Amino acid sequence: MNSPLPPPGAPLQHYVSTAPFDPKSVEVMTKEQERVYQASQLRLMWWKFRRHRLALASGVFLLALYLMILICEFLAPYNLHTRNMDFIHAPPQPVHLFHDGQFVGPFVYGRQMTLNMDKLKREYSDDRNMIQPIRFFCRGDKYRFWGLFESDLHLVCPAKGGELFLLGTDRLGRDVLSRIIYGARISLTIGLVGITFSFLLGIVIGGLAGYHGGVFDLIVQRVIEVLQSIPSIPLWMALAAIMPITWSPILIYFGITVILGLLDWTGLARAVRSKLLALREEDYVLAAQLMGARGSRIIRRHLIPGFMSHLIATATISIPGMILGETALSFLGLGLRAPITSWGILLTEARSVSVIAFYPWLLFPMIPVILVILAFNFLGDGLRDAADPYR
Amino acid sequence: MLRYIVWRIAVMIPTLLIISALIFTIIELPPGDYFDSYIAELRAQGESVDSERIQMLRKEYGFDKPPVLRYFHWVGGMLHGDFGYSFEYELPVRDVVGDRLWLTILVSFVTIVFTWLIAFPIGMYSATHQYSWGDYGLTLLGLIGLAIPNFMLALILMYFANIWFGTSIGHLMDQKYLGQPMDWDKAKSILEHLWIPVVIIGTGGTASMIRRLRANLLDELHKQYVITARAKGLGPFRTLVKYPLRMSLNFFISDIGSILPAIISGAEITAIVLSLETTGPMLIKALQSQDMYLAGSFLMFLAFLTVIGVLISDLALALLDPRIRLQGGSTK
Repeated sequence: MNSPLPPPGAPLQHYVSTAPFDPKSVEVMTKEQERVYQASQLRLMWWKFRRHRLALASGVFLLALYLMILICEFLAPYNLHTRNMDFIHAPPQPVHLFHDGQFVGPFVYGRQMTLNMDKLKREYSDDRNMIQPIRFFCRGDKYRFWGLFESDLHLVCPAKGGELFLLGTDRLGRDVLSRIIYGARISLTIGLVGITFSFLLGIVIGGLAGYHGGVFDLIVQRVIEVLQSIPSIPLWMALAAIMPITWSPILIYFGITVILGLLDWTGLARAVRSKLLALREEDYVLAAQLMGARGSRIIRRHLIPGFMSHLIATATISIPGMILGETALSFLGLGLRAPITSWGILLTEARSVSVIAFYPWLLFPMIPVILVILAFNFLGDGLRDAADPYR
Repeated sequence: MLRYIVWRIAVMIPTLLIISALIFTIIELPPGDYFDSYIAELRAQGESVDSERIQMLRKEYGFDKPPVLRYFHWVGGMLHGDFGYSFEYELPVRDVVGDRLWLTILVSFVTIVFTWLIAFPIGMYSATHQYSWGDYGLTLLGLIGLAIPNFMLALILMYFANIWFGTSIGHLMDQKYLGQPMDWDKAKSILEHLWIPVVIIGTGGTASMIRRLRANLLDELHKQYVITARAKGLGPFRTLVKYPLRMSLNFFISDIGSILPAIISGAEITAIVLSLETTGPMLIKALQSQDMYLAGSFLMFLAFLTVIGVLISDLALALLDPRIRLQGGSTK
């Protein structure tokens, strides 16, 4: 009989590799692939986000701004309320490096003020003989850092006995640059506080509506529809007009943030609800239910992490609306009031056409507003793309 | 179709009721009423207070009754065209509002048309030339329009229009036509003044519309029927116009619902800065002096305007898109 197998010990008739056999050899990944496959969701998002250059740059810019408001007393050359009665409505002083072809380092020329009695206008001219070198890490106006301890250290200060108004002064001779730096504290935080408020409302209300459904869901849906169909600024105006004049500035600040948040949660609640409705049907939720997890645990541990990233992106995009809202309300005189200083308050100074014609530098607070809003928009776009698993 | 229209209008009623309750609550919230601030103002000026007249006015306008009753009185009055009484102007609200409401509607309507005219071609260009310089440039331009606060844009445009054209562009018409009946000269004057507020209010809405139109068109352009159409030899322009554009036209109309509140919001602020003869400046004054019926009716008008706008956009959408029309319940 002819057996298909050779007798024991005899060589096989066809070639067989002697190397050890690994049935999973095809599935083995390179180091690089392994890194991608085993990366956590957060890490994947970070990689995707990093590719979006503009969003990354905006994120860094915003981070720098928020760090800046921690130490704005140190960064601003003057104090918030320092008045320079000799320099009212002074135009910005350009920084020079060379004087008569000679290198001096950064300095500004001193100013001569003359009263033009024909136009009833103060006219300032550079005094080429007065060279006022800018000092760095120097002693200047005294301030209480965060109201805690006294100091007088500044990043830049004017020369001794000189002035340094890089962005000009306002009608009380206050330095516009310093006021912009201080104003950032209010303008930038008002969006964050407001968004926190609307975030909480949105998650709680949207979460309840989405997970439980039923009558509650129906009511919430209607309320959201109504709130979204009312024009926001007139409603903000009405709510802001309620606040009594006797309130302290801090109370008004919180009142404004609450108003901004109170009308903004609808978009977030909608996003939470629709995401919850979609995720509720996933198999892993069923698995958790079968294992005996309670509703609150399922929402907290399994559902919220599923759409948190998406939610943060949505929230980021709605911050600019809040900043613009505060600016508009303050500009109309319904929002914050002086002595609190925000960018909106600063812009109230530039309220009439004549101001733009004579003192255009009072419009400078507009530039940080525009930059911050653009940055938040780019950042939000980048975050949204990064959080979207289907791209 | 008829059933759909009836159903949509029926849904509108509870919405308006909730809005009116909300607005009434907000207007009621501040402590005291108009008469308190009125008395305080008179006392501050050292004038005597005619307390009998004020008691009478209080009684006539139901300030001695609980708020719930007053709410029903207000809503009931509005149903047959009685919007209450403006204490500051000492006139019925309807007479105070008058022209202003129509001008607000005019400004909002022209702004929407303007937004469309600008956003449509730009959105098309951006979607078909994705990631080109033109796309980036136009997107950036739109974003900057979004980022500049309306009121600052108003001020700056006002300044430059003054320098370049020598016209004063505040207001919505020449001052001599104020309070005059409408005729050709007045209409011409309004048209001359209209473009500045329209451009200012339109910028924000245009930017967001371009972005959404672009995203929408891009989604459509990647679908397979577009590839099929191209493969069968249809030219690029016809491919674009024939199918994807018609799909995104739907979105275009439904988008009115979401940009209308924004446009009316922007219109209010711009109107205050430019002192237009629309509802904005009067609303802010009424809010500050607690002239509650006037303020409440203004807010109600604005909300009503948006609700109507959304209704019109929904109906237009139903006309355009059979899927929505049929969902409304018609049998065949």
